[in-house]
Amino acid sequence: MDRHILHVDCNKFYASVECSLDPSLRDKPVVVGGHEKSRHGIVLTKNELAARHSIITGETLWSARRKCPDLITVPPHFSLYAKYSRMVRNILLEYTPLVEPFGLDESWMDVTDALRPPQEIAEEIRTRIREELGITVSIGVSFNKTFAKLGSDYKKPDAVTVFSRENYRELVWPLSVNELIYVGHSTAEKLADRFLYTIGDVAKASPSLLQSLLGKWGPALHAIANGNDNQPVIPCEESAEAQSISNGMTTPRDLTDNRDAQRVITVLSESVGRRLREQQLCGKTVELHLRDNRLVTHTYRITLDYTIQSTSDIAKEAYTLFCSVYHWQHPLRSITIGISGLDSDDTPCQLDMTESAERDKRERLDKAVDGLRERFGDTCIRRAILLEDPDLTGFSPYEEHTVHPVGFSGKTDEIGGKT
Amino acid sequence: MSRKVYVEVAAVFSPEGQILPHQIRWEDGTLFAVDRVTDIRRAAATKAGGCGLRYTVRIGGRQTHLFFDEDRWFVEANDAKQPTA
Repeated sequence: MDRHILHVDCNKFYASVECSLDPSLRDKPVVVGGHEKSRHGIVLTKNELAARHSIITGETLWSARRKCPDLITVPPHFSLYAKYSRMVRNILLEYTPLVEPFGLDESWMDVTDALRPPQEIAEEIRTRIREELGITVSIGVSFNKTFAKLGSDYKKPDAVTVFSRENYRELVWPLSVNELIYVGHSTAEKLADRFLYTIGDVAKASPSLLQSLLGKWGPALHAIANGNDNQPVIPCEESAEAQSISNGMTTPRDLTDNRDAQRVITVLSESVGRRLREQQLCGKTVELHLRDNRLVTHTYRITLDYTIQSTSDIAKEAYTLFCSVYHWQHPLRSITIGISGLDSDDTPCQLDMTESAERDKRERLDKAVDGLRERFGDTCIRRAILLEDPDLTGFSPYEEHTVHPVGFSGKTDEIGGKT
Repeated sequence: MSRKVYVEVAAVFSPEGQILPHQIRWEDGTLFAVDRVTDIRRAAATKAGGCGLRYTVRIGGRQTHLFFDEDRWFVEANDAKQPTA
């Protein structure tokens, strides 16, 4: 029997929450944007009226205001968004324990075992969230996760779309291949070189052609385009095991040299390391997402022979990777560091003669520092490098992290990649 | 658009864990007795903004809504002195 999967997407989430809390904003163009003083002055999200002025997520508030002089800018209130996200999730959990969050504003649910048609459940959830929380969601209903996600994008806001075995060829196949969660710019370009523009084009292409274009991804993409996506919905409490841990930050000023990068990498590593230790995890793969001042994102990763957990190891490996791949073609606006290839930190591992003992020492030192911070606050003990430029490094990414599942790290322009 | 007015509420906590508002103190100090609670459900406060557990109550023969959001109570006021529907 086919599964019944829903994908629930909160429409323009941050802006919706702000408008729901302050009804006077509802009929005005509104963007939620970072604090301009610390130069996180970019549009994080916009409401429908602002979108009509062609304001796009990621552009500077300054340029958004040129497009729309009456624009209202609201600073972000992350704790409120977390609260609304929790309330949405609590509603979803009333229908099934199989709810997998994807960021703050999206979730998959598996309602196969519910004794009701999935579309009826979706309609009820859509109505309840609007009436109970005052925000809107769009919901995709399908027999796999990928199509369910496409469904929630298909018609919005406040709508339900069903992609069934009967209609997916007619409705899903004409969509651009870009719409697939797995396909970023570079994959889309490679496919376009072979005149494969739509999901249907990929579905009908030969798996061997796709393999020659995309490697092992090719056949997987072919299967997904044909509706053969068997990925399970992994509920919240279990999903921690399947995720990477990452932290990123848009810095108060552009980064221009290696020392700047090293400072930011150190702050981010502190947070990533602390979260790994809290969850008793370690990881092998270091990922670096760099966004330059043209807002182009570059992604790099390296997989090590051993697992790491300590802040200094993460910072060292991330910085080494950074120096080997980035040569300051453009100043940087933001850096994100992630650790994936996660494993429990008590998994037996191969030791080497010298480094292992040192690494162990560093990990114990970190645990002691974590203990101090737990009791006396984040700033009670700090690395000297972070004192060099407090404006640049005076934030605590630990408090404002978002966890994303591995493999969904975004539709980035993956121009590098080292494994 | 309505104004969101946080109010002081005297409530009864039942042994079953239900919280029932008993009396509201308005901004100017006036006390209003809650005659009856006719409905309790989660709802958005569409006029004043926000959401919470919405109590539909009768006060002085008139129906109005009282919202309980985390640990505060609020009313949607139409800039009159009294809580109105």
